Amino acid sequence: MRKMRNWFNRKNIVSLLGILLLYAVIQGLIVFDIMPPFYKLTLIQICIYIILATSLNLINGITGQFSIGHAGFMAIGAYISAIITAIQHGPLFLGLIAGAVAAALAGFLVGLPTLRLKGDYLAIATLGFGEIVRIIFLNTDYVGGAAGFTLPSTITWTWAFGLMAVSVVLMKNFVGSTHGRACISIRENEIAAESMGVNTTKYKVIAFTMGAFFAGLAGGIYANYFYIIQPMTFNFLLSFNILVMIVLGGLGSMTGGIIGAIVMTLASALLAGVPEWRNVITAVLLVLMMIFRPTGIMGTKEFTLNFLGKKSEKNAASKN
Amino acid sequence: MGSHITTQIFQQLVNGLSLGSIYALIALGYTMVYGIVKLINFAHGDVMMVGAYSGWFAITVFHFPFLPALLFAMVFCALLGVLIERIAYKPLRNASRIAALITAIGVSLFLEYGGMLVATAQVRTYPPVFPETMYIVGGVYFKTGDIVMLLTAVVLMALLHITVQYTKMGKAMRAVSFDKEAALLMGINTNNIISFTFAIGSALAAAAGVLMGVYFNTIDPLMGITPGLKAFVAAVLGGIGIIPGAMVGGMVLGLTESVVSGLGASTWRDAVAFVILILVLIIKPSGLFGKNIREKV
Repeated sequence: MRKMRNWFNRKNIVSLLGILLLYAVIQGLIVFDIMPPFYKLTLIQICIYIILATSLNLINGITGQFSIGHAGFMAIGAYISAIITAIQHGPLFLGLIAGAVAAALAGFLVGLPTLRLKGDYLAIATLGFGEIVRIIFLNTDYVGGAAGFTLPSTITWTWAFGLMAVSVVLMKNFVGSTHGRACISIRENEIAAESMGVNTTKYKVIAFTMGAFFAGLAGGIYANYFYIIQPMTFNFLLSFNILVMIVLGGLGSMTGGIIGAIVMTLASALLAGVPEWRNVITAVLLVLMMIFRPTGIMGTKEFTLNFLGKKSEKNAASKN
Repeated sequence: MGSHITTQIFQQLVNGLSLGSIYALIALGYTMVYGIVKLINFAHGDVMMVGAYSGWFAITVFHFPFLPALLFAMVFCALLGVLIERIAYKPLRNASRIAALITAIGVSLFLEYGGMLVATAQVRTYPPVFPETMYIVGGVYFKTGDIVMLLTAVVLMALLHITVQYTKMGKAMRAVSFDKEAALLMGINTNNIISFTFAIGSALAAAAGVLMGVYFNTIDPLMGITPGLKAFVAAVLGGIGIIPGAMVGGMVLGLTESVVSGLGASTWRDAVAFVILILVLIIKPSGLFGKNIREKV
């Protein structure tokens, strides 16, 4: 009984309504042809990048581990799901899940030894891992080598939005849980966390595996939407791009990561005609950001819809 | 057949040493900067790219011969290095290491795509600076480029060694890298020393860039990424912050790569460097020449 009440509290209902409302508004824009078709592609890109940014934020922002090999996990998810859906003709959902699980497995295997490393060294090791993954796919003829391979586009906007919403809610709930707080304590002070009895290795590996899982899911969505996957797509520039998003939004803020992903994807869609300028602007933005506002747009704060349900929470608190 | 294999081995040795001397020159810059400000200067490979372009510019536009072109590129990049340090890294000297690392990534992207804006993405051919003569010694082919490259690298490394070990500036550098605050208290202008370190590191990278252009004949704005990362691997392999370590690490990496290519797995070459990196980081993160430092609470 108590479990049920926890599930259907006001906060969750407000979040659910918010998500449904957002979906309805955008769906309306698409159905009534107010949105040009070009932006539908951007919308799906935004969904993919939101998953990528939030999952990298889980590792970099929440747990404070510096990983820049996210494109590697995404590549694993993309290739595994594409193999299942296009080469083995399996169902889409199975492909997406298998891709995500494979990426999580890779995250677990890589995480165990490398998470002994700290700061810069971890960053470089993860960068190296991402490049190794890319080179392995580059040298595998089964998936077309450097040319990559084509597959049908089966992901619809509803799929992408739904998966994005579920991923974000799951990750947000993780951060709010006891485990999430343990991860935050590692970020704040690893030695103190350890002496308070937090199993730091375990939580680092959990965060890493979870981040990899969702990066793999995003990879699966990417592969099943964009018709073609190539090893070149998953180079470390992609990892840097995701990093820029979460730095811009605020390392350690889930909503910040989402804002960063939306802003960066829209900006790059608007600047698509001048790709060189796009990257120069990104670079300058990154440096200026670090010098003048290293905490990003949101810092570690979160944007929530809680203020809508604040009154009732207070009532609930006084009843207890 | 036996002599054929021996020839092959020597041939790969020559190739490996040439490649290794480029990696070593770049790795020196990484290691010196890391030793003094504890920053992985991700933009270092791109400084090398700028060096290659300025050398190309000096040769094709000013019609400089090899050595003046090399010097031109080195001076230009030394200035660039100081500029980068003053603008991007100095404001962050007391910020977190991660902030500095992200800034370095930003500078790297800026140089790559700024370079694309200035020089276009088009691949440029390096003018032939050396005669294409091949020397054959016992079946092993030497290009003039190979010899000049090794010579240049060795001379530059010797100069660096003398600077660091026997000059006042070098002494100050070592002092700053040992303990920045204590060096400041002893009247060393740490800001100048840090700029000087960036200048030397960038000049060495520029030399590597020109050599690379001469050796591989083509240059493009993204050419710095892969050698930059590999040189970093070399620096880590030798023990980051340790100057002889970078030289040895570069050579070892160059040799390993050419052996892998020689075995017919050239598409795996890039992966090998990163596998080495991860193995070193897991087994002995302090590198071949490094000392283990215990973590203090």
